[in-house]
Amino acid sequence: MRTALLADIHSNLEALQACLAHARREGVDRFAFLGDLIGYGADPLACLDIIAGLVDAGAPAVLGNHDEACLGGQLDAMHFAARDAIYWTRERLGPHERAFLAGLPLAVAETDRLLVHASAERPEAWTYITGPREAAQAFAATPARVVLVGHVHHPQLYFTMPGGAIRDFAPVPGVPLPLSDFRRWLAIVGSVGQPRDGNPAACYALHDAGAGTLTHFRVPYDVQAAARKILDAGLPERLAWRLLEGE
Amino acid sequence: MSLGEGPLPAGTAVGGFRIRGLLHEGGMARLYAVDAADAAAPAPFPLLMKVPKLGFGCHPGCLVGFEVERMILGRLRGPHAPALVASGDEEGAPWLVMERIEGEALADRAARAPLEAGEVARLTGAVAAAVHDLHRQNVIHFDLKPANVLFRADGTAVPIDFGLARHGELPDLVEEEFALPAGTGATISPEQLAGNRRDPRSDLFALGVIAYQLATGKLPFGAPTTRGGMRRRLYIDPPPPRALKPGLPPWLQEVILRCLEVRPQARYATAAQLAHDLAHPEQIPLSLRAGRLHRAGPLAVARRWLRALRAPPRAAPTPALHLSRAPHVLVAIDPGDRREALDEAMRTALRRALAAEPDLRLTLLAALPPQPFGEESAPDIAHGQQTAARIGLRHWAHPLGLSAEQLRIHVEENADAAGALLDYAAAHHVDRIVIGARGHSALRRYLGSVSARVVAEAACSVSVVRPPQDHP
Repeated sequence: MRTALLADIHSNLEALQACLAHARREGVDRFAFLGDLIGYGADPLACLDIIAGLVDAGAPAVLGNHDEACLGGQLDAMHFAARDAIYWTRERLGPHERAFLAGLPLAVAETDRLLVHASAERPEAWTYITGPREAAQAFAATPARVVLVGHVHHPQLYFTMPGGAIRDFAPVPGVPLPLSDFRRWLAIVGSVGQPRDGNPAACYALHDAGAGTLTHFRVPYDVQAAARKILDAGLPERLAWRLLEGE
Repeated sequence: MSLGEGPLPAGTAVGGFRIRGLLHEGGMARLYAVDAADAAAPAPFPLLMKVPKLGFGCHPGCLVGFEVERMILGRLRGPHAPALVASGDEEGAPWLVMERIEGEALADRAARAPLEAGEVARLTGAVAAAVHDLHRQNVIHFDLKPANVLFRADGTAVPIDFGLARHGELPDLVEEEFALPAGTGATISPEQLAGNRRDPRSDLFALGVIAYQLATGKLPFGAPTTRGGMRRRLYIDPPPPRALKPGLPPWLQEVILRCLEVRPQARYATAAQLAHDLAHPEQIPLSLRAGRLHRAGPLAVARRWLRALRAPPRAAPTPALHLSRAPHVLVAIDPGDRREALDEAMRTALRRALAAEPDLRLTLLAALPPQPFGEESAPDIAHGQQTAARIGLRHWAHPLGLSAEQLRIHVEENADAAGALLDYAAAHHVDRIVIGARGHSALRRYLGSVSARVVAEAACSVSVVRPPQDHP
C-alpha cells in the first residue's frame, strides 16, 4: 500500500493540485491528509472540495489547529497574519464545510502507524515537534511504530536507537528511506501549501508500507499565482511573499 | 526454536528458501547456503542467507550491523557488491538472502604475503576500483580488510560485510551506537577514531593497510583493541615497507605511505586516483616518502601528538559530493593539429575546472599514428617519437602550474584516436573528456571528426573546446 501524506495545505490550491498530480504519477494507492487543510491561502473552498471528495472515497484525514480555529473560538495563540487569515476564512465557510471540518478526528491509527497533525502526545495541545525531546514524548504516547505528522513546516525524520535515545535526520528529497522494523520512526512530512525551509517548492511524503520506505518529494508549482490570489483577496501581504521565499 | 537462537538443520524452510547447510558461524551472525524453495525458479547465482544471532546475552546493538547491511545492500547496484535478493523476518527473527560470491578471498592471498610488487598493485588496484564504485554510489564501507573482500572469477573485487557502512543520503545508524569508534583495530582510520564518519578517504586508509599487509606480510599498526592503542597511529608512523622488505620498489612505498597519511587530505583524493596510479606505476611522482627507511624521530612524534588533539577537518557532506571535487579529466591532444588559439582555449577551460575542482587529476592523452618504417628500426623510432610526444605534452601543460601529483601523461601508437580515448576513459574512471573541435583542413573532413565520435560514444561528459576565432 502506497500512501501520499499531505500536511499543511493551508488553502493553497495550486500547491495541492501539483502534489496530487505528482503523487498520482508516482502511482500511489491512496491519499492521507495530516491537518491544516485551510488558513493562510486564498482557496479554502476549492481545497476543501477536493479533499472532502477524496475523504469520501476513503482517504483518512485529521484535524489541524488552523482547521479547528476556523470553526470558532479565541485565537490568542496565533500571530496577527494567521489570525487575520482565520477571520477571513471563517466568513467564507458554509455549513457544509464546517460540518466536514467538525467531523475530522484528531488522530487516525492504522495497523502499525499513526497519523496526527501535531504530536501523538495530547494532539489537541498542538505541540511542535522541534527536537528529539518532543519526538520522545510523541513516541511515549503511542504504540505505533511509525508516526506521521505535519504542523512543523520543515521535513524531518526522528528515529529511536536500540538504547532508547532518539536521533534526527534531514531527509533528502526523492531518496526512499528504509524504515527498518527494528526501530520506531517519526516523520514530519513537510508542508504542501506553505514550506518554510527556504525552498518554495511544495513538500509531501510517500509511505510505501509494502517496501517499508518513506520518500519526501519537492514539487514545484505556480507560486506566483497562489501569491497573487492572496494579495487580490486582501489577505495579509506577508502571507503572499513568504510563499515566494519559502519562509 | 526461533531462527536466530541456534544453527538451523538442512532442509529447514525460511521465507521461500530452503537451508542447504551452515557455511560460517561468526560472532554476530550465521551464514547458510540456501536454495530458492521453488525449484522451478532457481536464482541466477548461488545464494547465501544471513541470520543474526539472537537470544540471551545478545547486545541490542548486535542487530544494528544486520540492519545497516540490509539497508545499504538494498541501495547498491553493479558488480562490486553482492546482490540483495530478499529479506524478511520469521516471528521477530530477521534474515536476508544475498548473492554468494564463490571466488577467492583476499584473506587467502594475504595469508601468503609478502607478495611480489606487481601482484600487490594488481590486487590493491582491483579493490580500489570496487571502493570507487561504492563511493560513487554514496556509500563508505568503513571496514575494509582482507577478510571482507572477495573476488569474482573474472577478478572483479567485491567488498562484503556492510555492517559498519554509511550511505550519504540515509540516516547513519552506526554513529554513536558503540562506545568505541566502530571499526577494526588494524584498519580503522584516524578520523574514524575521532568520530568522523563522513570521509570516503577513510576507506583509502584501509586500502593502504591492506597494500602494506600484502607487500610485507605485516600489519602497519598491529591489531590494537583499545582506543588508546588505536590512537597511536595518529602520531607514530608505521615502519616504512622498504625497511621490512628491501626489494620493494620505491613507487609502491610511495603509494602505501600516501594512503596511510594521518590527514585525509594528504592521501589520494579518490580511490580512482589510487587505482590509476597502481595501473601506471612508472608515472607515480616519488616524494620523500618513497625513500624513507626509518620511522620519524621523537620530535616529529611529539609534534603529531599535539596535532592529534585538534579536531579533524570537516569532510564533504556526502561521498558523491566529495568525488565531484576530485574528478579525473582526460584531455585529448591531437599531435597533428597544433593551433595556438585552440591550445590556449583548452588551457582556459582547464584553469576554470582547476579553480572549481581543486583535487582534480589531469591525464593528457596523445594518440600517435603508427609509423610505416622497416621492421628493424621501427621500435627505436616509435620509442623516440613517444618520448618526444611526452615531452611535448608536459610542455603543453606547463602554463597550468599543476603539481606533479595532478598531472599524468599517456602516449600510445594508435591510428584510431577516438578509440584510444574511449578505451582509456572506460578503464580509468574518467569523469570528463576535454577535446578540441576539429580544424578546417580538408584532410580532417575526410577522416571524420574524432570529437563527434567521442561525444557520441563516451560514458562520461565530454567538453568540446573551440577557439574564439572559429566562430563566424
